[in-house]
Amino acid sequence: MSPSSRRAPQGARRRGPAVTLLLLLATSLFAVLALSGTAQAADGDRTVVGTLRNSADDNAPVPGVTVDVETSDGGQYTAESNEEGRFEVAVPASDTGTLTVSLDTDTLPDGVDLREGAPDTLRPTGSLSTVTANFALGPDDRQVSTKWDQVPQLLYNGLLFGIVLSLGALGLSMVFGTTGLTNFAHGELVTFGAVMTYMGNRVFGLPIMVSVLLAVVLSAGFGWLNDKGLWAPLRRRGTGLIAMMIVSIGLQFLLRNLYQYFTGGRALTYREYVTPAGQDAFGLFTYTTRDVVIILVSLLTLIAVTLALQFTRLGRATRAVSDNPALAASTGINVNRVITTVWIFGAALAGLGGAFLGFSQSVTYQLGAQVLLLIFAATCVGGLGSIWGAMLGSIIIGLFVETSTLLIPSELKYAGAMILLIIVLLFRPQGLLGRAQRIG
Amino acid sequence: MIDAFTGALHDGFGYVAISYCLAAIGLNIQFGYSGLLNFGQAAFLAIGGYIMGAAIATSGIPTIPAMLIAILFAVALALILGVPTLRLRADYLAIVTIAAAEILRLVFGTSFREYFRGKDGVTGFADGFRGLNPLPEYDGFFLTYSRNELWTIIVGWIVVILICVLVWALMRSPWGRVLRGIREDEDAVRSLGKNVYGYKMQALVLGGVIGCIGGFIGAFGAASVQADTFNLDFTFIALTMLILGGAARVLGPVVGAILFWAVLSFLGSILSDLSANPTVAQFMNADQASNVRLMLVGLVLMLLMIYRPQGIFGDRKEIALDAR
Amino acid sequence: MPADTSPTPATGATSMSASTPSSPATGSTGTTRSVADQGRADLQGLATEPGVKKKDPIVVATDVRRTFGGLTAVDVEHVEIQRGVITALIGPNGAGKTTFFNLLTGFDQPDSGSWTFNGTSLKGKSAYKVARLGMVRTFQLTKVLSKLTVLENMRMGATGQRGERFWAGALPFLWKSQEQEITARARELLGRFKLDAKESDFAGSLSGGQRKLLEMARALMVGPELVMLDEPMAGVNPALKQSLLGHVKSLREEGMSVLFVEHDMDMVRDISDWVIVMAQGKVIAEGPPRSIMTDQRVIDAYLGAHHDTDISELEHVVTAEHQQPKEETA
Repeated sequence: MSPSSRRAPQGARRRGPAVTLLLLLATSLFAVLALSGTAQAADGDRTVVGTLRNSADDNAPVPGVTVDVETSDGGQYTAESNEEGRFEVAVPASDTGTLTVSLDTDTLPDGVDLREGAPDTLRPTGSLSTVTANFALGPDDRQVSTKWDQVPQLLYNGLLFGIVLSLGALGLSMVFGTTGLTNFAHGELVTFGAVMTYMGNRVFGLPIMVSVLLAVVLSAGFGWLNDKGLWAPLRRRGTGLIAMMIVSIGLQFLLRNLYQYFTGGRALTYREYVTPAGQDAFGLFTYTTRDVVIILVSLLTLIAVTLALQFTRLGRATRAVSDNPALAASTGINVNRVITTVWIFGAALAGLGGAFLGFSQSVTYQLGAQVLLLIFAATCVGGLGSIWGAMLGSIIIGLFVETSTLLIPSELKYAGAMILLIIVLLFRPQGLLGRAQRIG
Repeated sequence: MIDAFTGALHDGFGYVAISYCLAAIGLNIQFGYSGLLNFGQAAFLAIGGYIMGAAIATSGIPTIPAMLIAILFAVALALILGVPTLRLRADYLAIVTIAAAEILRLVFGTSFREYFRGKDGVTGFADGFRGLNPLPEYDGFFLTYSRNELWTIIVGWIVVILICVLVWALMRSPWGRVLRGIREDEDAVRSLGKNVYGYKMQALVLGGVIGCIGGFIGAFGAASVQADTFNLDFTFIALTMLILGGAARVLGPVVGAILFWAVLSFLGSILSDLSANPTVAQFMNADQASNVRLMLVGLVLMLLMIYRPQGIFGDRKEIALDAR
Repeated sequence: MPADTSPTPATGATSMSASTPSSPATGSTGTTRSVADQGRADLQGLATEPGVKKKDPIVVATDVRRTFGGLTAVDVEHVEIQRGVITALIGPNGAGKTTFFNLLTGFDQPDSGSWTFNGTSLKGKSAYKVARLGMVRTFQLTKVLSKLTVLENMRMGATGQRGERFWAGALPFLWKSQEQEITARARELLGRFKLDAKESDFAGSLSGGQRKLLEMARALMVGPELVMLDEPMAGVNPALKQSLLGHVKSLREEGMSVLFVEHDMDMVRDISDWVIVMAQGKVIAEGPPRSIMTDQRVIDAYLGAHHDTDISELEHVVTAEHQQPKEETA
């Protein structure tokens, strides 16, 4: 079946396509984000944080040490470490240049020295609203762990990443299954979730849980808008799938730059649970309560979605449409309503995934674009259009990305996922759980 | 305003436009004429720039042999991508080419640092090319171009013209007819005894090699190559140009590239002038102006694909893309 | 509705096939009997058994099996197709006719089995090689190249074109003269198929029936020995049907063999010399059209398809009085 031969059923040409509604979409997004933009300017400080601990004294905190920060335009700011060894220096967010953070070694208590060879001045890069500066005190006693000691930690990280990824993959796969669209703008739905969570949490000061929930609801609305404003009218016109794919590339461009318009190049962080304390699990790996909550919520969501697809009327209709749209339509299923529902849920799932990714990767305009290829890889490895395939593929990609760092440099870990994708397509083009296609 | 116009002319005919133009000509052969979705065209330009650059700068190979080596690499890449995917459904090629382009970008940017110099990229390979510059010495700018730039774009446009003549000749030949047939319905062409797989492979290789040559021009123009230039957006912008100028037309990508860069530059000047105005700056600073410009690129691609898939000058009846 | 009234140019045909060296029609002038007459004579007195041996088969298929998932689409034990005649392949919907077509022509590969064309094994041969050997097919849903003109569609059919090679393509002097010959041949065929007025129109602008004609004419450009037509009458208006019938018959007169899939029983009766019946992937009956139409197995197969009856039972129990509900296979 060639991609262009499969078209959604055509209806009457009621409305000129898309564009009026698309503009509506853009303006509404503008309005929402503009609010965040202005509020953010008032809110915005950049904070340089760090904790001073002395390795010579069982990592005891070192209080009363002066840390100076100089901004690129010459502004001077200073702070002193508290009883927990923690220091926080606030600098205006208006200055986005490089910061120079220096430790006043004269203020170090007796018996506490800077580690040999360690710098007393740092120029932390990155445009996070929270900048971390770590000075090493005392001798270097870090235990050099062997590669294989990291395996449990990497497996845990991979599982976490894979589960979050599957939230994005599920939506992409469902949309592909019901409409045949390969949506290059799906990553922007992920970014949308993260940006909205940030907005709720930072701009409106809502608790993080509420912000995530709100972001998911807004994402669902955004998905609805995507379908009603753009894809449904294009389906009505009988636009070919390849043409729609190119339209989605344009939309991806549009949205990504729209996000950047408001967030700038900066990496934004939520207010809470940004760097939670790690807990030890059987001496094998470290986990955080935050990540456990993320895993649980994701798993529950995934289970709920699969159950819904299996046992609800709408879910069964969705699977019928995925199987054969024309046949489904002839049995009285309202195909367009099913597709709209898929868009709503698909976008909500992607938004949730984005909100979660925002914790670990921070919120940037290209958050979604960065994971888009991984999401593609996950859905293709698992089998395009298959629900279980999307989940399985995501877990495999997550595990693969993390564990591959044992063998290849971590800068190349995404390349590893791409190689896995190519290998799977070579030997099993339909993906692990996809069905082989009948020709003719 | 004058600056905006001269800037537009400068960018519309500059070496970046030529580099993208060759990328788009390659895409035109693959996508426009043969219906192959190569979303990894950036990889071929990256190979052009990086392999040639590293061969000259690190291994001391002369310019022309270095280019030939890079072309061999481009052919090899096309074969590696094509062998497994060209028998499968059209979208597999798209996914595999995207994946390959990302792999190459990451490898060029982080690995084999003794050759590719990591984040800094490769430099110091353009002397041989610039040494051939026959233009008289002049200070400053002629037609807004420096002496080296002018030399690059003269060579570049000659290359573009030669390749366009080749494409024109090929596409009116029986060979081109088979390609267009494959775009319409490959099974029909197969039933007439044509080796569809072989033709697709030839189209993929030819388009890739033309992209690789585009990589040369871009590299010589900038006298350096950086891996991040060749991201996914690169291919998508080339695709936008192709659709703007009209796919499956010999001059489509050329018109598209000139127009794209000229308009982008013009818009950039206008928007940044606007953002200098304190009232406007409240809504749009200089960075945001650049975002607005790129948002328009996305919007234009969408609108073109929806309303004028035949390109701005194309004839609706002849549209190559079945978009409706 | 006698098919003889169809506007068939009885003669003009030979010149076309004469220019294709692979066609057996060239030999027909020397012998006393035409290939078509010989073929029809060969069919006389054959047993009407499924898989019966033909005197001069052009295609022989043995144990060809193709399954999709758990569903067996084609399971042909043995079938032979006689040279020089028109053979019809009929059967209820889902009988596996088109799949069998795809398997024979290399558009799909079977799980097992062997099949030959003119004695050459086609196992594992790709579709384009099969076409080059002289076994050319059309499609159930016509595949014209919409954005190419009618004439370009025709030219594409010619094999052995020098200009279709990459390097030669850029050098027109290498292929111009051959292109002129091809164009002349294409125009002649278009004239015969009454499409000459349309030659510079895009093929996509043709009507359904005209597309069928174009597809058949284009297949002839390849110079086939065996023309395989997948439902040539589907979607063709009655006025054009007669002319299409005439064209199919003229292929036989030119010495080509024809195998066609069709649901239109009038057409099958009118033009075919031999009928092969498939049901549920198997060949269940063979014979001349008159006898096959009254064959109980065939009637049952068609009825069975509507009554959900197991075909394997019908093969043995010809007078099936009770019909057992069969399992859902789809």
